[in-house]
Amino acid sequence: MAPAVLIEQLQKRYGAIEAVKDVSLQVESGEIFGLLGPNGAGKTTTLRCLCTLTEPDSGRIEVSGVSAIEHPRLARQHLGYVAQEVALDKVLTGRELLELQAALYHLPRQTIKPRIVEILTLLGLDEWADKKSGTYSGGLKKRLDLAAGLLHQPDVLILDEPTVGLDIESRVAVWNFLRELRSQGTTVLITSHYLEEVDALADRVAIIDRGIVIAAGTPSELKDQVGGDRVTLRIREFSPVEEAEQAKVLLEALPLVQEVIINRAQGNSLNLVVAPQSEALITIQNALQQAGLPTFGIAQARPSLDDVYLNATGRTLLDAEIAAAGSRDLKAEKKQNMR
Amino acid sequence: MSRTITPPQSEFKDQVGAIALPKSTPLSDFIQETLALTRRLFIQLQRRPSTLAAGIIQPLMWLVLFGALFQNAPQGLFGDSASYGQFLGAGIIVFTAFGGALNAGLPVMFDREFGFLNRLLVAPLASRFSIVMASAIFITTLSLIQTAAIVVMSAFLGSGLPNALGLALVGLIVLMLVLAVTALSLGLAFALPGHIELIAVIFVTNLPLLFASTALVPLSFMPKWLQVVATLNPLSYAIEPIRYVYLHSDWNLGSVVVQAPWGAVTMGTSLLILLGFNVVAFLAIQPLLKRTLA
Repeated sequence: MAPAVLIEQLQKRYGAIEAVKDVSLQVESGEIFGLLGPNGAGKTTTLRCLCTLTEPDSGRIEVSGVSAIEHPRLARQHLGYVAQEVALDKVLTGRELLELQAALYHLPRQTIKPRIVEILTLLGLDEWADKKSGTYSGGLKKRLDLAAGLLHQPDVLILDEPTVGLDIESRVAVWNFLRELRSQGTTVLITSHYLEEVDALADRVAIIDRGIVIAAGTPSELKDQVGGDRVTLRIREFSPVEEAEQAKVLLEALPLVQEVIINRAQGNSLNLVVAPQSEALITIQNALQQAGLPTFGIAQARPSLDDVYLNATGRTLLDAEIAAAGSRDLKAEKKQNMR
Repeated sequence: MSRTITPPQSEFKDQVGAIALPKSTPLSDFIQETLALTRRLFIQLQRRPSTLAAGIIQPLMWLVLFGALFQNAPQGLFGDSASYGQFLGAGIIVFTAFGGALNAGLPVMFDREFGFLNRLLVAPLASRFSIVMASAIFITTLSLIQTAAIVVMSAFLGSGLPNALGLALVGLIVLMLVLAVTALSLGLAFALPGHIELIAVIFVTNLPLLFASTALVPLSFMPKWLQVVATLNPLSYAIEPIRYVYLHSDWNLGSVVVQAPWGAVTMGTSLLILLGFNVVAFLAIQPLLKRTLA
């Protein structure tokens, strides 16, 4: 069976800016696939190429085995697209928008009404269906947008930053809904710059940075590639440097400890990389006790996707966000997104 | 999903296999999407009727107020027209239809800016020409409603009524003008960067084209250079035939409707010029539409 989405060596430049340099990814049928990266990394451009809104400069794109470049119309039938910015006609009611959507996807006339009722119920929009979408809250708008994307039962649902700007309750509702969709067999491709979102939702992840896929796999595969678990240790709430240095030497001698860094910004706490899923906490605490040092706090965690990103790019996702925010040309981006 | 891919060759099999559901054809798909897009525009109008109200009140005000400006002008000053009000009617019909059509691109521009157009473009439309088609149907309907209002009002103000065939011709002329101008406006909506620029173009086009036509005064009032400009203006070829059928119930395609600096222009020539205007407009916007809607 053909993969739900296949992208190979995608390239797209806007003038001097290479928005996508080399993106290849494969989304298998029935999984949630996360495209993770800082703002401006090329996620949206990749999705726009996939959704046939933008023509790539080169590369291959297939949706359920149909080339989106050679047969865009056919590919569109397999896709549901929920853009980052909810674009509703505020004068239309939810039901009217879905009726329009149904006609645009040429659903057989006799199936339209029951299908709309079904999808409205599925997204809990029943009581809002006949109110103008201009009166909806942000969460409701997103739900209507989701309903519109799902109305024609696409093989692949594509969501660009589905929870940006949503409150926590709506965000969790969207997450649960996407999981529910997956369990029914729909393939879901999301982009996000929220680590925890991708970590919580995605079966597989591709991390994209400056137009290039820098890592791909299941979240735990990626974390395992980075190596050991992370341990944060505080000897005291604010430890003197000497004591931290002493503990560092002491801990580096332990066989399960791979690396020790003193974090001066955090009251000379110690950041350790230890053998994955080891009994590090007890070993470390015993070692400190024997040396007569107290323990204020200690925590062990598996590496996060941020560690994966850090490992591949030498900067954290947050740093990349901040750097990107300074260098973005929002006006030019808006122009690219306008057709 | 268990749904299988439908490569182009297997569609044929589906058609042969005569399934219970009526098989959609590209034409029925096109009609379905065009009607749905048109319906959206009419729902908008119904929920925000102020534009239609203003669009009807404004030309009526023109008719009453502007018509009164030259109330006391000597008889016979405006050609065969009995009064200036009667002379003005045709100009107001055309100017109103022109103004409405010129604005046709604005909703499309807003759809572009708000991202609603993307919603249409990711859908498997039979042809994206349905987006243009829906706007054209909408604007044409509005213009015909406005025209009817002006015709009724003029009759009340004593300008009389053309006969049935004459009214049909008025409708046809309005239709031709509106289609061409709507096409140009939609072309601009896809070519210009934003609504500010589109509104600027509408501003600099609207009134100058009115003044450089025979809407408000006959050609004979104008200096030579303006006569030349006015006879290059397609609006004049919509105005003069309408004015003619208001005054002559016995018109035919050979009737001379206006004396241009370069000779007599007949009803038939005027209609051909309007047709030519349509052809030019639609050819001109082809590349713009292709770029976005290909």
